Amino acid sequence: MAQQTVLYAKHLEAGAKVVDFHGWDMPLHYGSQIEEHHVVRQDAGMFDVSHMTIVDLKGARTREFLRYLLANDVAKLTVSGKALYSGMLNEAGGVIDDLIVYFLTEDFFRLVVNSATREKDLAWINQHATAFDVSVTERPEFAMIAVQGPNAKAKVATILSAEQQAAVAGMKPFFGVQAGDLFIATTGYTGEDGYEISVPEAQAADFWQQLLDAGVKPAGLGARDTLRLEAGMNLYGQDMDETVSPLAANMGWTIVWEPSDRNFIGRAALEQQKAAGTTKLVGLVMEQKGVLRHGQRVVVAGGEGEITSGTFSPTLGYSIAMARVPASTGDSAEVDIRGKLVPVKVVKPSFVRMGKKVV
Amino acid sequence: MSNIPTELKYASSHEWLRSEGDGVYTVGITEHAQDLLGDMVFVELPDVGDTVAQGDDVAVAESVKAASDIYAPIAGEILAVNDALTDSPELVNSEPYTGGWMFKIKASDESEVAALLDAAGYKSAIDEE
Repeated sequence: MAQQTVLYAKHLEAGAKVVDFHGWDMPLHYGSQIEEHHVVRQDAGMFDVSHMTIVDLKGARTREFLRYLLANDVAKLTVSGKALYSGMLNEAGGVIDDLIVYFLTEDFFRLVVNSATREKDLAWINQHATAFDVSVTERPEFAMIAVQGPNAKAKVATILSAEQQAAVAGMKPFFGVQAGDLFIATTGYTGEDGYEISVPEAQAADFWQQLLDAGVKPAGLGARDTLRLEAGMNLYGQDMDETVSPLAANMGWTIVWEPSDRNFIGRAALEQQKAAGTTKLVGLVMEQKGVLRHGQRVVVAGGEGEITSGTFSPTLGYSIAMARVPASTGDSAEVDIRGKLVPVKVVKPSFVRMGKKVV
Repeated sequence: MSNIPTELKYASSHEWLRSEGDGVYTVGITEHAQDLLGDMVFVELPDVGDTVAQGDDVAVAESVKAASDIYAPIAGEILAVNDALTDSPELVNSEPYTGGWMFKIKASDESEVAALLDAAGYKSAIDEE
């Protein structure tokens, strides 16, 4: 029996086509995923992301714990509310999950992790937290709504109290703030401006309705996937997993090597991988007809790779993909589409940001 | 509930046929099929003048979700294709039985048409899926 978020009835009310997503009944779309995609690029859309897992970490040594647990370095987080994207690695340097960590106070950090990896994440975090006397508390009593798009912040502002508006005024990207009952963060998974808002479950349906009334359109997992792929953001389980090094998943920028005496989990393995060289995750662009899909074979000079995520890009009007290929790959490749080798361009895996083409 | 017009014939692979007279039939995919596929992004059509056998893959519907072969529900010659789908593949979603038609075929053996499903038969076929 699949789990449902507290917003499930609102999705049915809006005509959602519901699919099973790692044990959750989630909206795939509410009619047209392409229209929902365009709404987020051009106006404001909202996603129910209540299935994601919020984990609060408390204790005097929380910062020290996270500097050991994560490949990115929370030493960068010096201002309360500041957030950081990081991989959480195993000893072999594989990615257990990718997550966002918020620094709230010196003895209180918050993690937001993927739902599909919830159980293993919690087990891993708990296993290592004990030595640092850090308490690990899941917060399932919050629903989470991502409101994204160029008009997202303005539309959210219309339903916030004066105090809440003051709390979020001038907030820079990648910050979170507790504003009354809401935890409002300037994060997202679309490459657009907007918020991810945690709201107590009892208030979630009303809050969703207020957003609808403010002109924010519901968008499903289908649009979420095409938006994040255009933005060049990885999907855990597809673009990387426990068998993949962050160096081979375009996550090298999230690994902090200095100071060299910071011992984080996976460091020794990563140093070896870095020295030996790894495959790399690149972007592919195919301007002719057809759609690049997950699992398709990529042929490059002197080797082969595979598409990890592929889709039709509604913003660009042609197909884009992320592919894992040999490090020597240049600026062109061929993709095996239903038995036919089709030429594609190799680019940095980022295609659209803030509504604009970047390839 | 999916719309299944009673005046059409159906293949279990989700194509519909409408008789245009003189042994000519218009072919498209059903509302149920487009709903399964999701938003259409490209439709690859056969060439006018192609001679096809029943069950040949003659077109490809690429949606946000997958690439799906479209099969010739009967044998015959392709007389026309719907060029509007090149710029507006979404017609397959919005008007599956009208503006979203894919091709017209001149039947080489009309007994194949008689053997296709009627609306009730197609409905029970998709109910079993």
